Amino acid sequence: MEQEVPNRMQLGKMKEDPDQMSCAAFQAQLPELIGGGYPPIFHPHIQQCEHCRALLADLETIAEAAHSLLPAEEPSDELWKQIEAAIKNQKNCSDSV
Amino acid sequence: MSDPRVPVQPPNAATRPPAKEGADGIPASTLARLAPAVPLNSIDADVLARAQAGDQFAFAQIYALHKRRIYSLCLRMVGNKAEAEDLTQEAFLQLYRKIGTFRGDSAFTTWFYRMVINVVLMHLRKKGLPESSLDEAMEPAQDDRPRRNFSAPDLHLAGSIDRMALERAITTLPAGYRLVFILHDIRGYEHNEIAEMLDCSIGNSKSQLHKARLKLREVLRSNHRQEGRS
Repeated sequence: MEQEVPNRMQLGKMKEDPDQMSCAAFQAQLPELIGGGYPPIFHPHIQQCEHCRALLADLETIAEAAHSLLPAEEPSDELWKQIEAAIKNQKNCSDSV
Repeated sequence: MSDPRVPVQPPNAATRPPAKEGADGIPASTLARLAPAVPLNSIDADVLARAQAGDQFAFAQIYALHKRRIYSLCLRMVGNKAEAEDLTQEAFLQLYRKIGTFRGDSAFTTWFYRMVINVVLMHLRKKGLPESSLDEAMEPAQDDRPRRNFSAPDLHLAGSIDRMALERAITTLPAGYRLVFILHDIRGYEHNEIAEMLDCSIGNSKSQLHKARLKLREVLRSNHRQEGRS
């Protein structure tokens, strides 16, 4: 699916001209840009800054690698028996009060 | 007089698998079959209502559906299987005590995860670890925050992160960063759901996630450099 290219107004409600933006200013907006609907790769700063392009690529690599950490681990079968026993104890305590 | 060897069946027993070991004890083999019966990320309203009414079989279904995710979250937060099982047990016992108070104002999983997160943070507090309250966890010490670095790139991670390296790096994150990273990037929750679980703003959740990824990048790059030297 093609991604929609944002216009300047949509690029994180910028206070600075995106073409003149410093790395610090761009990176300060990055959490919002990444979490927003528009891919930061289209940002004018990214087009001209190798350093921020590398940063963005690394952050995307980390997010993608995190998906490979599934499937989740399984607790032991004994755990349910312990929970059941604790529930029974709770019931007995409340019944005896 | 009824046969004492035959467990007394409650009125809605027709919807359940047959219990072979008595009405109370639910064998692990039965428990293992319960999970696929309920779609992931949702709890059947009838199962929830029965669990809220004290039906232990319905509670066992909820356990079967959520045990892996809750245990995994606990394990990633404490890094120790025995402690993770203790926390999982405590979380499900709290759920058993409080499930009757769930009113459906938020999704059941969001409500339950919030309970689990509090159990984990309470455990960290008892152990005397820093960042054990949620507020502290969301604002780690200066040394634990990612450093600002605007120098030229010297090492790219692209395509070079293996699972074990990432798992190890996650354990080094401050608790607040770790929580948001696990919930968003591993578990796939949206920022609005995480904000509800952690009682913080959506902006805060995005910011924590970003700092978590920056910190992971720092750790992974540092590991790569060390491996390159040795």
